[in-house]
Amino acid sequence: MKVLVALKRVADPDNANKVKIAAGGAAVDTTGLEWKPNPFDEYALEAALRLTENGKAPKQRLGEVVVVTLGPKEVEQTLRAALATGADRAIRVDVTDDQLDGRLVAKALQAIVAAEKPDVVLMGKQAVDGDSNQVGQRLAELLDWPMATFAATIKEEDGALLVGREVDGGVLTLRVKLPALVTVDLRIVAPHSVFSKVTEAGFKYNDGVRFAPLPAIMAAKKKPLDVKTLAELVPGAALTTRYLKFERPAQRAAGVKVKDVSELVEKLANVAKVI
Amino acid sequence: MANVLVVAELSEDGKLKKSTLSAIAFARQALPTVGGTLAIVVLGASTATATAELASYGAAKIIAVEDPSLAQYTAEHYAPSVAAAAQGVSLVVATATSFGKDLLPRVAARLDAAYAGDCSGVSAEGGKLVYKRPMFAGNASGFCTLDTPVQVATVRQSEFTPAEPSGGSSPVEKVAKAAVGAAAARVQFVGLEAVKSARPELTEAKVVVSGGRALKEKFFEVMEPLADAVGAAIGASRAAVDAGYAPGDFQVGQTGKIVAPQLYVAVGISGAIQHIAGMKSSKVIVAINKDPEAPIFQIADYGLVADLFQAVPALTAELKKRHG
Repeated sequence: MKVLVALKRVADPDNANKVKIAAGGAAVDTTGLEWKPNPFDEYALEAALRLTENGKAPKQRLGEVVVVTLGPKEVEQTLRAALATGADRAIRVDVTDDQLDGRLVAKALQAIVAAEKPDVVLMGKQAVDGDSNQVGQRLAELLDWPMATFAATIKEEDGALLVGREVDGGVLTLRVKLPALVTVDLRIVAPHSVFSKVTEAGFKYNDGVRFAPLPAIMAAKKKPLDVKTLAELVPGAALTTRYLKFERPAQRAAGVKVKDVSELVEKLANVAKVI
Repeated sequence: MANVLVVAELSEDGKLKKSTLSAIAFARQALPTVGGTLAIVVLGASTATATAELASYGAAKIIAVEDPSLAQYTAEHYAPSVAAAAQGVSLVVATATSFGKDLLPRVAARLDAAYAGDCSGVSAEGGKLVYKRPMFAGNASGFCTLDTPVQVATVRQSEFTPAEPSGGSSPVEKVAKAAVGAAAARVQFVGLEAVKSARPELTEAKVVVSGGRALKEKFFEVMEPLADAVGAAIGASRAAVDAGYAPGDFQVGQTGKIVAPQLYVAVGISGAIQHIAGMKSSKVIVAINKDPEAPIFQIADYGLVADLFQAVPALTAELKKRHG
């Protein structure tokens, strides 16, 4: 099985409250925040690795995992990290962040898929900077592929994936025939979430994503990394989403500390009047 | 620009989901800028119940697409019919539920339209719609315009008060399901493991009580009596979900459910940025945590520093007394 994983780097999501709004609201300023892989995309990579191994021998890849991202030269760091954890090859689409919107990213990935012909495209359900949640769905439509978004579980079958999706009312299961696109939710990295055809039933993964050992980090520097341009993938690419300004949302002020449950109930009943 | 199309969401038994009314509220705000009229598209195996429920919301027409293959929602079967209903429409809107978030970007790609997801507001500038969107886990609001002939948006339910009926009776236009692409034959609905609960829906409840990882295996033992004492829905932090103490669809936060109840009670939740993004629009926030430095106290109206295993049962008992 060949899996293409789309990755994005984002400003450290654990410090998202430190983003600043530039004077006049022209831009979001993330100076001082470290770049991190979008957590959901890291989970997608972990799912791709699990789908191309038997679990017991994680160094033995039974298929190919190709990672792709769009961005300036410095995003290659994100790709190298993905290669170190087990991906085979990487592709960077050379472009700056301000030249992209979700519509263009999906079109660029469509061209990559046409060239790479993977069986599965995996990515996070959303990037936690723009919080847009659209590229996977758009790409599936452009490819005329079936999709399963917000995946919590994936089980490989003959020529298909059985995917458990996190939906508002519970877990909805879809069977998608390959080639197919899957966007992943956070529970995809739980110990029993992903099974390739050769994973033993009952095999238990470590919770979360795997980390690369030092030799793998060194070896990853020699793995192939191709660079393409947005112009060759999407001729005449033009932005259609334009941000006019940004604002800091109204902040909530801290309230009061109550000394015990009785005082809490009294306040809720007589001051806040919500019970 | 002219005409707005709202995509209705139906429950398993063909009834209108209340979440749809937030999309109608958004559409009404956008309509003076867009011009033209409002239409609503309803898809399902049987649409009569929902079209009747929608008749008095001021739509110029309700487009009903009935087909057995639409009994269970799949984007591959729904998107072509929604895109067909969008003919002559400048704005397509749905509420950002798991249905809307799955379907509308796919519809947008079909229409080569730009998409604004999870909008918390809409305004106008120079005759153009300006969409307000929470970004960076709610730490920035972005205001964007979309420059495609058709625009597609989803609407954050908690930010739009459900539309009220405006009277009249919209005509229903029955339309055949549009031809689907190759993708539709390659997707199969297998089943829905629904969480059956007598409690209100998390996104619609007036009171939400949420538990964190500190509850451990006693999550339900502690939280259920509290919820029942005030008729609340139960939520959870991502940490509690990650640890397996609460199911995934309980998760409140940036990437889980966004809630804005009258009262939100956070129990044993430290207040990670991602969690706060999902509940900070609540009217009154209560935090119970034994760590006085927990970030949740910075946004709580009432904070109680206490051991939750003692405080929550005591609170439950007090609330029960009041509610008889």
